[in-house]
Amino acid sequence: MKLLTHNLLSSHVRGVGPRGFPLRLQATEVRINPVEFNPDFVARMIPKVEWAALLEAADTLHLVEVPKGPIEGYEHDEKFLRQMHHVLLEVDVLEGTLQCPESGRLFPINRGIPNMLLSDEETKT
Amino acid sequence: MALSCSLNRYLLLMAQEHLEFRLPEIKSLLSLFGGQFISSQETYGKSPFWILSIPSEDIARNLMKRTVCAKSIFELWGHGKSPEELYNSLKNYPVEKMVPFLHSDSTYKIKIHTFNKTLTQEEKVKRIDALAFLPFEGKVNLKKPQHIFSVLEDYGLDPNCIPENPHNIYFGRWIADGQRELIESYSVKKRHFIGNTSMDAGLSFIMANHGKVKENDIVFDPFVGTGGLLIASAHFGAYVYGTDIDYNTVHGLGKASRKNQKWRGPDENIRANLRQYGLEKYYLDVLVSDASKPSWRKGTYFDAIITDPPYGIRESTRRTGSQKEIPKGMEKCPESHVPVSLSYHLSDMFFDLLNFAAETLVLGGRLVYWLPVYTPEYTEEMVPWHPCLKLISNCEQKLSSHTSRRLITMEKVKKFENRDQYSHLLSDHFLPYQGHNSFREKYFSGVTKRIAKEEKSSQE
Repeated sequence: MKLLTHNLLSSHVRGVGPRGFPLRLQATEVRINPVEFNPDFVARMIPKVEWAALLEAADTLHLVEVPKGPIEGYEHDEKFLRQMHHVLLEVDVLEGTLQCPESGRLFPINRGIPNMLLSDEETKT
Repeated sequence: MALSCSLNRYLLLMAQEHLEFRLPEIKSLLSLFGGQFISSQETYGKSPFWILSIPSEDIARNLMKRTVCAKSIFELWGHGKSPEELYNSLKNYPVEKMVPFLHSDSTYKIKIHTFNKTLTQEEKVKRIDALAFLPFEGKVNLKKPQHIFSVLEDYGLDPNCIPENPHNIYFGRWIADGQRELIESYSVKKRHFIGNTSMDAGLSFIMANHGKVKENDIVFDPFVGTGGLLIASAHFGAYVYGTDIDYNTVHGLGKASRKNQKWRGPDENIRANLRQYGLEKYYLDVLVSDASKPSWRKGTYFDAIITDPPYGIRESTRRTGSQKEIPKGMEKCPESHVPVSLSYHLSDMFFDLLNFAAETLVLGGRLVYWLPVYTPEYTEEMVPWHPCLKLISNCEQKLSSHTSRRLITMEKVKKFENRDQYSHLLSDHFLPYQGHNSFREKYFSGVTKRIAKEEKSSQE
């Protein structure tokens, strides 16, 4: 699971609503996966990023050189974009859990794939 | 006939496959590249010859880099219902537009294409000779000419009724071919990872084109299966997400869909499929998730949602349910430890899909999905609607004598407010689709009736 994905996921446990974001990340196996750098795509993603959640996740994984927020003129700043490219797309959590911050419910990550399934009782509104 | 000053006329030679899907594909692609569909013909019906006006050759070339419905495009210099009409039409084509391609330093060749008729070499040469009045000054080069000109003769569509003379003759400068070779190179037959309902390669590219997928888009498939639809979008430069309720399919485990193969191998998963075509960099993530209970945070981040939801025939329609909903004999998905229910009604599924699309698509983003239909009862009113989504196209593909599926394309035209979730529950417009809940029974009703008839006649 990439950190871009983690940044877009939220718990849908019943009653939790917007307090289900961000999911607390815990990783037991992480892999760095080189991905071809595409500055245009990274620049497109910057406005969609929730920075506090990204920084929290990056911190959990002990990542360094993580920009603290979008900088002026980021669209043309290659250094910034390369750092964001690495954080968002090259760090892959293979095994771990995502935890709903409100209910404590755990969603497992196996082989890089999160399992977000809940039973009907857990999601009924 | 009025001369359109800024628009040039082009001839598209279309493939005779997926007839209903062709016009929406061309329209979507033209709008993607800043053009607009303008033609002098009202409808195209079954004909493979389409004349349209396009603002520039660049737009025409971009169109051909994407289309799988069109074989080739030509800059149209003349046409008519007889050779005389064609020659007159050519004499009226502005010479200053011809000259750049005919000057003495260039090389060219002329090809004769006939549709629904075969000509002898002698007959072809006669036709080329008849064009000698054109101001060609370059040298003929049959192997690698700089410019290729084509004469296209239309002898109709009926192989049992070939006319003596063609209905239409066209002359144009060849510009580019379409992407039909993708259909072979991405064929499901050669793909590493397939499922029971993997989409035919041609249709998956058509879907990506109807969805106006472009480079650096994020495309999402909520019923991703083996990822076939994501491959087409990734080929066009989009980054892709997929979810599926089936743990085994997402992980690439379990029984294989190929004949003579029992279990799936280690290279059979969605990521591996993208890797097979050199598209792994476009793989974002896949998740095990229930499309009716999505886990995305509030926001609009998908440029397109392109999907083939289960019809309940070869793949079950499921959603997570409570313990008591599990029918007898239904296996629980062992890894997820979550019970799944078989009673997810089709109409609920489309309600959820449209609502989800309205909420998470960017403005202008598209939803492209298949709607299974019991043909004897189908009416246009049955197509699910949503106040935020505008219907762009509805194309039928027959599945059997009494069933078909329709490729529905919708575009988000209005921002999503919460109240939209409720407004169409009250709409009569939506209720007609309830009948589709029994799509599964209706699909099989033909089979049941035939078996009953056979049993009856064997008893007599």
